[in-house]
Amino acid sequence: MAVCVAVIAKENYPLYIRSTLTENELKFHYMVHTSLDVVDEKISAMGKALVDQRELYLGLLYPTEDYKVYGYVTNSKVKFVMVVDSSNTALRDNEIRSMFRKLHNSYTDVMCNPFYNPGDRIQSRAFDNMVTSMMIQVC
Amino acid sequence: IMELCGATRLGYFGRSQFYIALKLVAVAQSGFPLRVESINTVKDLPLPRFVASKNEQESRHAASYSSDSENQGSYSGVIPPPPGRGQVKKGSVTHDTVQPRTSADAQEPASPVVSPQQSPPTSPHTWRKHSRHPSGGNSERPLAGSGPFWSPFGEAQSGSSAGDAVWSGHSPPPPQENWVSFADTPPTSTLLTMHPASVQDQTTVRTVASATTAIEIRRQSSSYDDPWKITDEQRQYYVNQFKTIQPDLNGFIPGSAAKEFFTKSKLPILELSHIWELSDFDKDGALTLDEFCAAFHLVVARKNGYDLPEKLPESLMPKLIDLEDSADVGDQPGEVGYSGSPAEAPPSKSPSMPSLNQTWPELNQSSEDTAIVHPVPIRMTPSKIHMQEMELKRTGSDHTNPTSPLLVKPSDLSEENKINSSVKFASGNTVADGYSSSDSFTSDPEQIGSNVTRQRSHSGTSPDTAAPPPPPPRPQPSHSRSSSLDMNRTFAVTTGQQQTGVVAHPPAVPPRPQPSQAPGPAVHRPVDADGLMTHTSTSPQQIPEQPNFADFSQFEVFAASNVNEEQDDEAEKHPEVLPVEKASDPASSLRVAKTDSKTEEKTAATAPANVSKGTTPLAPPPKPVRRRLKSEDELRPEVDEHTQKTGVLAAVLASQPSIPRSVGKDKKAIQASIRRNKETNTVLARLNSELQQQLKDVLEERISLEVQLEQLRPFSHL
Repeated sequence: MAVCVAVIAKENYPLYIRSTLTENELKFHYMVHTSLDVVDEKISAMGKALVDQRELYLGLLYPTEDYKVYGYVTNSKVKFVMVVDSSNTALRDNEIRSMFRKLHNSYTDVMCNPFYNPGDRIQSRAFDNMVTSMMIQVC
Repeated sequence: IMELCGATRLGYFGRSQFYIALKLVAVAQSGFPLRVESINTVKDLPLPRFVASKNEQESRHAASYSSDSENQGSYSGVIPPPPGRGQVKKGSVTHDTVQPRTSADAQEPASPVVSPQQSPPTSPHTWRKHSRHPSGGNSERPLAGSGPFWSPFGEAQSGSSAGDAVWSGHSPPPPQENWVSFADTPPTSTLLTMHPASVQDQTTVRTVASATTAIEIRRQSSSYDDPWKITDEQRQYYVNQFKTIQPDLNGFIPGSAAKEFFTKSKLPILELSHIWELSDFDKDGALTLDEFCAAFHLVVARKNGYDLPEKLPESLMPKLIDLEDSADVGDQPGEVGYSGSPAEAPPSKSPSMPSLNQTWPELNQSSEDTAIVHPVPIRMTPSKIHMQEMELKRTGSDHTNPTSPLLVKPSDLSEENKINSSVKFASGNTVADGYSSSDSFTSDPEQIGSNVTRQRSHSGTSPDTAAPPPPPPRPQPSHSRSSSLDMNRTFAVTTGQQQTGVVAHPPAVPPRPQPSQAPGPAVHRPVDADGLMTHTSTSPQQIPEQPNFADFSQFEVFAASNVNEEQDDEAEKHPEVLPVEKASDPASSLRVAKTDSKTEEKTAATAPANVSKGTTPLAPPPKPVRRRLKSEDELRPEVDEHTQKTGVLAAVLASQPSIPRSVGKDKKAIQASIRRNKETNTVLARLNSELQQQLKDVLEERISLEVQLEQLRPFSHL
C-alpha cells in the first residue's frame, strides 16, 4: 500500500526511509521532505491540543496527482510519513491509521532495544520486515 | 591398531589417534596388513565396519568420518589442514591420512545419514573417542574456522549431524570459552576449549570423557534437528552469568546492563541490536532468564560464525508454560482487586462468594458461639457475607479501580444485600465506606444508593427477604421472619429482659405503617451511613443484635429511651425517627448498644433503653406482640438493612430517644444492653479479623493476577 515510508526524527532528519520503487526514489525523498513543512504546520496548529491517538494521526498532508502523503507524529515529535499511490482508492482512513499504529509499535520496539541509540538510523530487521509487509500489502 | 595409532603411547585417543585408528580398522577389515604405512598406501579404503550395530556404527562412523573429514576439510579451508595434526605424535601421517580420508569420506557424507537419530548407546566409547579427538583437535585449531562449517554440516546431513552435533555441541562451548575469558569465568563444564592450552585440553578431555556420553548423546539427539539448542553446560553457564548480573533468577536484567554485558562480546552493535530484537521476546526492554540465555546463545553462535537467524529459533524461545498455567489459574481468582475489566469482577465474585460463604459459616458458628445468647448471628451471616463481600470487593476495587469495579461490585452487593436483612450489609457498607473513603468516594454514593435501593427493595421485598439472594445465607431473612419470633424470643430469653422487652416492645409501639418505616430506615441509612463511618468497628457487632434491636428499638422507642439520652448524642437523633419508624428503634438500640460498647456510661443509657424495650414487650399482650413481631420481621430486613447499613449508630440514636421514655427500666436495660454490646463486640471483632484475612487473600490474588497479566503482555503486543 505504502509506496514510501519514512521516519523522521524530531530534528527533521530521517531516521529511516524506504521506498518500493527503486527508481524515482529521490522523488519520494523530496516529497517526504516537503511534507515536513506541512507536518510542522499541523503540529503548530494543534497548539495546546490534547495529545491522543487522534492528534497523533495527522491525516492527509497533501495530495499530488499521483500520490497522497499521510502524516503521523508521536509524542516525542518523531514523525512518520507515508506516501501512498493515489490509484489505491480502496485505501480508507482506518487502514492508514492502522498502518501508522503498526509503525508506531515497531518503532517503540526499536526504541526498547538498549543497543539502539535514539537518533541513529533504524537498522532493525524487525522494523524492516514490518515496513516491507506494509509496502507489499498494497501491491 | 591402538599401538599403531599411538593411543597406547599417549594413553588416550586424540583426534588424530582416532582417525588413525579408524583408518587402521578399515585397513584391517580390508585385509591389508596393519602397518603405519598402510594408511597412506591404501587410498581407497572402504569404511571400517563395526560389528555391534552396523547401521548405527557405520552411520556414526561415517558421520564421524564425514564430520571429521568435513571438519578437516573446513579446517583446511580455513586453516592449513591439520597442522595441528602434525602435532600428533604420528605427525605427518595424520595429515596424509586425513587427506585420503577426506577424499574417501567426502563421498559418503550423505550416505551415512542412516540413523543419526539413534543415539549411540551401544558404542558410547566411539563417541568418547570422538570427543577426545575433537578435544585434542580443537586445541590445535583456531576457533574461527570451526564456526561457519558447523552449521552447514549440521543442517545438511543428518548422518553427519551426529558428528556435527558433537562438533556443534563442542564448538559453541569453545567459543563460549573464548568469550568467557573476558567474562572471567570460563566454565570448566563446557566441553571443548579452543584455547591452545593443553591443560584445558586435558581438562576438557576429562570433562568430555565424563560428560561425553550423556551430553553428546543429548547433543546428538537434540542437535540433529536444531542447531540452536542450548546444551546443559551452556545453559548452566548462561545461568551463572545471569546471576552475576541479576541474582534473582526470576528477575529481569535491565536493558542497560544487558547492553554492557553483551558489548563485551565485541560483536558489532548492529548485530547485538539484532540479537536483542530476537531475544527480547516480550519487548519489554529487559531480559528474563530465558531471554538472556537465548541472547547469550545467539552471541556465542555469532561469534562462532553462525549467521543470526531472522526469527528466534524455537528452542530459544522463552518458556511460556508458566504463563499458560498462570493464566489458567489467574482466571479463577479474577479477584475484585484485579484491575482488569469489570467482566472479571463477576467471575471473581463467584469465587470470592464461595470463599466468603465459607467464611460465613465459620462466622456464623463463631458468632453463634460467642453469641450463644444471641441467635441473631444466624441471621447475621447473610448480611455479614454481604458485608464482607462488599468490603472485599470495595477494598479490592478501591485498590485497583475505584471506579468500575466498585460500580460493578457495589451494585452486585447491593442486590445481594437487598435480599438479606442488611444488617451485615449496612455494616459492610460502613466498613466499605471506611475503605472507600480512603480511596474514592464513588463507592460511597454507590453504597448509599445501593442502600437506598436496598431499602426500596427491602421495603418492597421485606417479606421476601430471600428474594434475589444469590448467596446461601439469604434464606435467613426469610427465616428471620419465621424465626424472628423465635429469635426475638430467644434473644429476649438469652439477652434477658431487654430482648424480651424488645420483643414485646413492638406491640406496644403504636402501629406504624411499614412504608413509613421503610422510608424511615431509608432516611436513616444515608444518615447512618455517614455516621457509620465512625462506628464501623462496632456496627458489625451490632448487626447480630439488630434483629433484636429491631424489636428492641421498637420497644425502646416506646418504652423508655430517656436513660440513654444524656449519654448518647445519637440517641437524640432518634426521637425524630422514632415516631416515624419502628425500624429506627432497632437502629437506635443498636446504636445504643454501640455507644454502650464504647462507653460504659452509654451502656447504662442503652441498658435502660433495652430494658425498657425488653420490659415493654413483656407487658403488651402476646397477640400484638406476635403481630408486631411479624411486622417487625418484615421490617427487620429493612431495619436490619438500615441499621446494618447505617450502623448501629442509627439504631442507637433511634433507641436513645426511646430510652428516656423507659427510665424506669434503665438499669435492667442497661445491663442487658451491656451484655449485648459486649457480645456484639466480640462477634464484630471476629468478623473484622476474618474480613481482614480475606482482604489480604484478595490482595495477594490481585498481585498474582497482576503478575500474570504482565507475563501475558507479550501476547498482546505480538
